[in-house]
Amino acid sequence: MAKDPVTASTYSRRDALRLMAAGGIACFAAPNLLGKPAFAETAKPTGRVVVGLSQEPTVFNPLMAHIEVDDAVHFSVFDALFRMDPKGVLQPNLAAEVPTQKNGGISEDGLNWRIRLRDDVRWHDGEPFTAEDVKFTLELITSPNFRAWRTGGHSLVRDITVVSPTELTWRMEEAFAPYLSFLAETFMVPKHILAKEADPNTAAFNQAPVGTGAFKWAQRVAGDHIELVANSEYFGDGPYVERLVFKYIPDMTVLYTQFKSGDIDLVDQAYITADHYEEAKTLPGRVVTLEPGASLESIFLNLEKPQFKDPAVRQALYAAMDRKAIIDAIYFGVGTLTESFMPKESYYFNPNLPAQQFNLDRARQILDEAGWVPGEDGIRAKDGVRLSFNNSTTSGNNLREQVQQFLQQTFAEIGVEMKISNMPAAVMWGEFWLKSQFDSAIAGVTYLIAADPDATNRLHSSAIGAKGGKGSNTAQYSNPEVDALLEKGARTFGPEERREIYNRVQEIVRQDLPFLPLFASTNVLGRKEGLEGFEPNANTRTASWHAAGWRWQS
Amino acid sequence: MRGFLLNRLSQSLVLLLIVSVIGFVVLNLIPGGPLAQFGLDPSMTQDDLNRLKEQLGLNRPLWMQYLDWAWRLVQGDWGHSFRDGAPVLDVIGRHLVATLLLMGSSTVIAIAIGTWIGIRGATHRYSVFDYLATVGAMVALSIPTFWFGLLGIYVFSLRLGWLPAGNMYTIGDGSALNYLHHLIMPSIVLALVHVAIWSRYMRTATLDVISQEFVKTARAKGLSERRILMKHVVGNALLPMITLAGMQLPSVLTGALVTETVFTWPGMGRLFLDSLGYSDYPVVMGLLMFSAILVVLCNLIADIVVAIIDPRIRLS
Repeated sequence: MAKDPVTASTYSRRDALRLMAAGGIACFAAPNLLGKPAFAETAKPTGRVVVGLSQEPTVFNPLMAHIEVDDAVHFSVFDALFRMDPKGVLQPNLAAEVPTQKNGGISEDGLNWRIRLRDDVRWHDGEPFTAEDVKFTLELITSPNFRAWRTGGHSLVRDITVVSPTELTWRMEEAFAPYLSFLAETFMVPKHILAKEADPNTAAFNQAPVGTGAFKWAQRVAGDHIELVANSEYFGDGPYVERLVFKYIPDMTVLYTQFKSGDIDLVDQAYITADHYEEAKTLPGRVVTLEPGASLESIFLNLEKPQFKDPAVRQALYAAMDRKAIIDAIYFGVGTLTESFMPKESYYFNPNLPAQQFNLDRARQILDEAGWVPGEDGIRAKDGVRLSFNNSTTSGNNLREQVQQFLQQTFAEIGVEMKISNMPAAVMWGEFWLKSQFDSAIAGVTYLIAADPDATNRLHSSAIGAKGGKGSNTAQYSNPEVDALLEKGARTFGPEERREIYNRVQEIVRQDLPFLPLFASTNVLGRKEGLEGFEPNANTRTASWHAAGWRWQS
Repeated sequence: MRGFLLNRLSQSLVLLLIVSVIGFVVLNLIPGGPLAQFGLDPSMTQDDLNRLKEQLGLNRPLWMQYLDWAWRLVQGDWGHSFRDGAPVLDVIGRHLVATLLLMGSSTVIAIAIGTWIGIRGATHRYSVFDYLATVGAMVALSIPTFWFGLLGIYVFSLRLGWLPAGNMYTIGDGSALNYLHHLIMPSIVLALVHVAIWSRYMRTATLDVISQEFVKTARAKGLSERRILMKHVVGNALLPMITLAGMQLPSVLTGALVTETVFTWPGMGRLFLDSLGYSDYPVVMGLLMFSAILVVLCNLIADIVVAIIDPRIRLS
């Protein structure tokens, strides 16, 4: 097989749909659809890209528990069966095709899966990559002593059978469509190295990983940087740069300063802070853009608190939020208005939700009609419940603190008392958050796992941690119709059918308002002029998801 | 001498035991814990968190965790980092070199300049130099290091472009000159505070010696001021400074948190801050024990050195 581009970049939403419908032939169709850079075959990787990160990547075994910032390294050193492209469409990576019910890769009942692999992939040490490696990887994740990251989906896999070096099958305990997306974040590890280890948690591999990816491990200077070199034998498109360096810079201001001074070629996690955006835009020789992220900044309401049980209260509070002013005045214009928890870049985003209108009179009217009457102190009450609550977030996050003060004032104007009670991150996001001990909280959270539209973990009534559930539905949201839709969505494989289901979920959630959206997170990305092939991807957690395609303009 | 050593060693062991117990308890009292970093990650379910907790042994009673840790430590096993799985001593070793480089050079600068200013201030008491030195020391002590650091970066890196804005070296250039170029600003910024402290102590110690009878005697014998200063005053004034150096030496190895952050220097101070941030218990405890051992050792060495140099003191 020829060297194919791993990802697509120039097709429209309609093309994307057609691709998904075509299913298995996608990988054969993609190269023709896209065309291919003329110099791809001839260019020898040259130059170096230094990526700045504000946290230090430390976990290099991609299957072990890790945080977002580690993804930057994983996506460059390893490959998964599939990759999620910027349009939210799965593309084959190590697999020769994305299995669907139409191409027979997934049985009609969704229980039997068959994966076909590429036959031209080698590990960085020269050993061939085969179906045995895939089997080993999936079994390692669920082995009891291994400190694995996400086990959701993987724990449903049974009877993995290697049919041939390029084909394997397995059975799922129940139909679970999101697993396809999960596999796009499940990087394959080499059996021939890890199977020999007595304890995979402390294997030498974890400090010097061997993958199949576009870049090979070179060295790590702990606390400072990680250096990768081009894998000239890479089966996919690229790499074009010879060295890829991930530099750890622990302070956001220093991160920006080093971007300004030219030490950093590209700013990844946690990007350029909003307060530097205006200045960054004017820097000569730098390209600074606003790119949507996957998370939603919103006010979580604890629906089990008596103040928030009445939908009228939630609607009134939402109407009393001047979101435009918050974004412009506090967030330096960095943030995108949205009505949905689904990122706008997702194929499943519902663009037809009613838009919130900031209107204090309307807010008062809603509360009046619902019977919330102002008491002597001006605070409304109904049936002995005063419309007063605490709002919490990480202390020291000064932008959020300004939002709180802003809302405190506007809420007071409609007879609602909001008190500010912030705590350090470790306290805030521990039991207090997970077990829903807050009244209301400002949080920026992602609803999707691996960009799959299934938001069961945050919206299903069985996912309420405070009620013994095993998810993070911290608003304690419970709606039988949403539950049923989420269950159906997780069993349904066709993208179009799924889109209908999740569009409906978004409609109901917009109506119920278990959380009040402030804005969709927006990242300020910066890179040097002349660095080409860079593509942001809100469906991954890192800006370095496709460093294989980066190149310096010659 | 032997009795003195045995006595000090047994005292030190008790001290280390107390430090380790307090450190362990306080560390575990801090809310959050090593799994808090996954709190906002939707893909880690409560089941996954419980599983990790058990795998890391964090669901056992605290005393059991402590005994397990302490018993391994006694056997020479410092444990593995929760973050990258590397042995704790390796983790410390990787950061120690960077810190030694930075702290070593700044200490040398600080001692050299500080001693000179201190002596000169004492011999030219109430002169313009002395006043300037006093005011300068006050300023250096009262302005935070990070401010000096940022000011330096702004002036010398962003405006003038003479010095790098941070980092230990340019990636891809490992030459000694490159290291030196990167070392200039952080070591001077760090030295500022130490110069101030050192010069104040040195001035007081020198004044103390100058007023002694034997200095008057030397003057009466008609020795030159220079000879008195070099032969009689400085040597005696430096004695208390050895103890001070013994107290400062551990900080040379445990790093400078703020300066290392501002200049993105991959040293021990930042390792400590990061490990604390992620509740990486084995590394935090390792660093705590490492610095406790250093403090004990350095004080011991300082005492012995003073005894050897000063014949009036006998260790018994």
